[in-house]
Amino acid sequence: MNEETLTAGAPQGARVARSAGGPGFGRWWRHLDKSAWVWLLAILVLVFLVVNPLVRLLIVSFQQPDSGAFTLANYAAAYSRSRYVEALGKSLVLGISAASLCLLFGVPLAWALSRTDMPGKGLVWVAILGTFVIPAYLGAVGWILLAGPNAGWLNRLVMALTGMDKGPFNIYSMSGLVLVVACYSFPYVFVFTKSALDLVSSEMEDAANILGSGNLRTTLSITLPLVLPAILAAFILVFLEAIALFGSPALLALPGRFHVVTTQLWQFFEFPPKVGVAAAYAMPLLCITVFLFWLQRRITHRKGYVSLTGKGGERRPIPLGRWKWPLLGYCLAVCTLSFFMPMVVICQAALAKAWGRGFRLDNLTLDNLYFTLFENNLTRNATINTFVYAGSAAFIAITLALCIAYVVNRELVGKRVANILSFLTMAPFVIPGIVLAIGFYAAYTHPPLLLYGTAWILILAFATRFLPIAYANSNAAIRSINPELEDAVRILGGTRFTAIRRVVAPLLKRSLAGAFILVFIPATRELSAAIFLYSINTQVLSVLLFDKSDEGNFEMLASIGLILVVITVILILIGFRLMGRDFMLRRTAA
Amino acid sequence: MSKLVLRNVSRTFGDFTAVDNFNLTLQEGELVSLLGPSGCGKTTTLRMIAGFMAPTSGTIEIDGEIISSPTSSLPPERRKMSMIFQSYAIWPNMTVAENVGFGLKIRKLDAAEIRRRVEEILEKVQLAALRDRYPAELSGGQQQRVALARAIVVKPAVLLLDEPLSNLDANLREEMRFEIRRLHDEFKITTVYVTHDQAEAMVTSDRIAVMNKGRVEQVDAPYALYGRPKTQFVAGFIGRTNFLEGKANGETLHLGGFSVPLNALQTEGGSLPGDVLVSIRPQSIHLLKHDPGNVAGRCSAQGQVQRRAYLGEYWDYYVSLPGAAQTLRVTARAQDVFEVNEAVWIEIDIAQLTVIR
Repeated sequence: MNEETLTAGAPQGARVARSAGGPGFGRWWRHLDKSAWVWLLAILVLVFLVVNPLVRLLIVSFQQPDSGAFTLANYAAAYSRSRYVEALGKSLVLGISAASLCLLFGVPLAWALSRTDMPGKGLVWVAILGTFVIPAYLGAVGWILLAGPNAGWLNRLVMALTGMDKGPFNIYSMSGLVLVVACYSFPYVFVFTKSALDLVSSEMEDAANILGSGNLRTTLSITLPLVLPAILAAFILVFLEAIALFGSPALLALPGRFHVVTTQLWQFFEFPPKVGVAAAYAMPLLCITVFLFWLQRRITHRKGYVSLTGKGGERRPIPLGRWKWPLLGYCLAVCTLSFFMPMVVICQAALAKAWGRGFRLDNLTLDNLYFTLFENNLTRNATINTFVYAGSAAFIAITLALCIAYVVNRELVGKRVANILSFLTMAPFVIPGIVLAIGFYAAYTHPPLLLYGTAWILILAFATRFLPIAYANSNAAIRSINPELEDAVRILGGTRFTAIRRVVAPLLKRSLAGAFILVFIPATRELSAAIFLYSINTQVLSVLLFDKSDEGNFEMLASIGLILVVITVILILIGFRLMGRDFMLRRTAA
Repeated sequence: MSKLVLRNVSRTFGDFTAVDNFNLTLQEGELVSLLGPSGCGKTTTLRMIAGFMAPTSGTIEIDGEIISSPTSSLPPERRKMSMIFQSYAIWPNMTVAENVGFGLKIRKLDAAEIRRRVEEILEKVQLAALRDRYPAELSGGQQQRVALARAIVVKPAVLLLDEPLSNLDANLREEMRFEIRRLHDEFKITTVYVTHDQAEAMVTSDRIAVMNKGRVEQVDAPYALYGRPKTQFVAGFIGRTNFLEGKANGETLHLGGFSVPLNALQTEGGSLPGDVLVSIRPQSIHLLKHDPGNVAGRCSAQGQVQRRAYLGEYWDYYVSLPGAAQTLRVTARAQDVFEVNEAVWIEIDIAQLTVIR
């Protein structure tokens, strides 16, 4: 198909000319722009990655496992036992509690950093970025070291101080889980709220001040309501994040002897895997997610909040006076929970001969790291796999996203097709990783497309999961290029590919490298899809870390985690150089 | 031999007709501008000629071969044309010399030949000293010259220009008009020039196609277009003018305040209908202190200055005539001073009256 016949889409005009035109096919073939095949291929890959797994997920939930006949038995099995339904309720509790706690953590920090003259902003900023860098399940490991019953550092501290024979904290509980999830999700609330606050002009506050309203009252009655839509949107996002999370619940809820949806789904996959039941059980998760994302977009796209247009008015920090020290104290307390304490104990464990022996110089060793990276085949291979898979996934995701963004922005297809394409590319954004993994499992475990057991299923699942990040970035990049730059190549005799190779690609180098990092980082730590799709030869660090958690070898867990963190930090530093300081904490959520 | 032919070309976007039954034939080496207000379809026409867009009906031919039709359209890269874009579209990742040499490289010329031709054209557009600069280090005018050089150096079959001067400041714009015409006289490339600026079109073009709402109103040489506009739109768009409603009565045409013998008017259609619309340019009307009397081929009437404006280079007067509803706009030399409310005589050369309908 040639681009013009795809775009023109004017049947009546086409018919007139065909009757008038001379040697139809010959000329059509000579005039054909052969580059169209590449776009068609990209669209096919998109169908393969996004549409097929979701369709298979739906089909498999209505199928008998052996015969493939239509049945409702899977749904009956999934919702018949009270403890299965209970897990749904537990997920709801977890989501709401964690999201509320996130608001408590995130909103004051955002206000403090955006609107006030609080000292120590840089330190808080670094700690929040650090929190972003720690994978949630590594945070859970840190908190096990801190608040595990009896042996945890906080328990030992309290016991030493009070002489109690039993520590008061137990991280293996719902409240423990809520705390850990909130600690590693609140940065989303922080980013959403802060970017909204950054757009509120000081003139809005001045207007209230001049009418006699004090600073506190102004903040509560003017500033906060103005950013309420952003906060609400963040609340929904964090809720969804919390109910879709697998790592932390698996590390904390399973020893605590309770289930949430994701751990229950995982249990359905214990041998022999009940894919149909899992698919049926995943439906509420999928439906809630899709609905809430739709709601969230409605909220963020609502007009009427003029102050959020981002123009006009300077922004001055509010002088806090003597209140600046309590506020700084609060900010640091939050960061201590999410970053400082867990990071300290993880580093200690990674560098200790035995973590229980405490912070002593003679307990210090690099053996754990050395062993993990070089001596142990399992961990060494997992490290290599992590790099290779994340790199391949990022490459595939960016290539595909770039193709789709190009097709959509250069109007190589009709408007309706373009809308469908961008919708499909963004769709994985609303699909929980665990649901996507079940879809992939359902779609690609049988011939002719037998990918299960190979590295490809992990690579493709990662690529699909983070396709929206790649797409949002590619789209912005393509838009920044004036199409006339390509037109100029073509009119001088270059093909579309010449234009892309000689002009578009060189101009996009930096932003694509940044996008690569933005996909690579989450792909190195992905767990909720990997846990369903890995096999013994395709383990990655995140899976290994989870797998080894019940052995109690926390020195090794911490080492693996530390390696992940170091990789991430290096990548982020490269990203800073390429794209500027705020490239990770920028609000890019579609 | 005709080079570029647009035959009944139309382009619609949904319900909107951007170009409506466009016909134009360009001779070899001719420079024709498409002139019209924004949104009149001139850029759409140009992009169809370039092959970035297919017509929804009609054909575009070059040397007798169909290159665009609704069913198929030769991709732009195989049309052997070149184009200068509104944004210049200079590639920021290449130096001046790389930009200019790009088209030659695509044509697989050997390096020495490319070098020679790039040097030659850069000399022509006075950019030789800047050959190794990147576009970000160039001024708007210099970028414009790079775009010109890049488009001309490949010796295209047809050169297309899309509002090439609209991003330049006024002085530079005037200079570049002549530059474009000079390069055209030197290279004689068949050229289509899109602009909304009538002065630009007048300076550069052999012929001008005035477009309005997707249709061609008139195609003519600049002089004919100004002197003999065929439609009210053309008369109003090219320069300023006075429109006068005329009523025929026997052998005389009454134009409100004065009248002319019917047979003195030049018309193409032969006999005139009862009511006509006549255009007279402000500078074709002369203001006098005294009655000039009857002169052959001229008519005169007495009137009064309503308001006036002094614009340095000339006077702009509005003169009312007894029995006429509208005032006449008259342009007079700077030394012809008349006071407001002063009685004046107007004198018109009948040959300057153009019958629109």
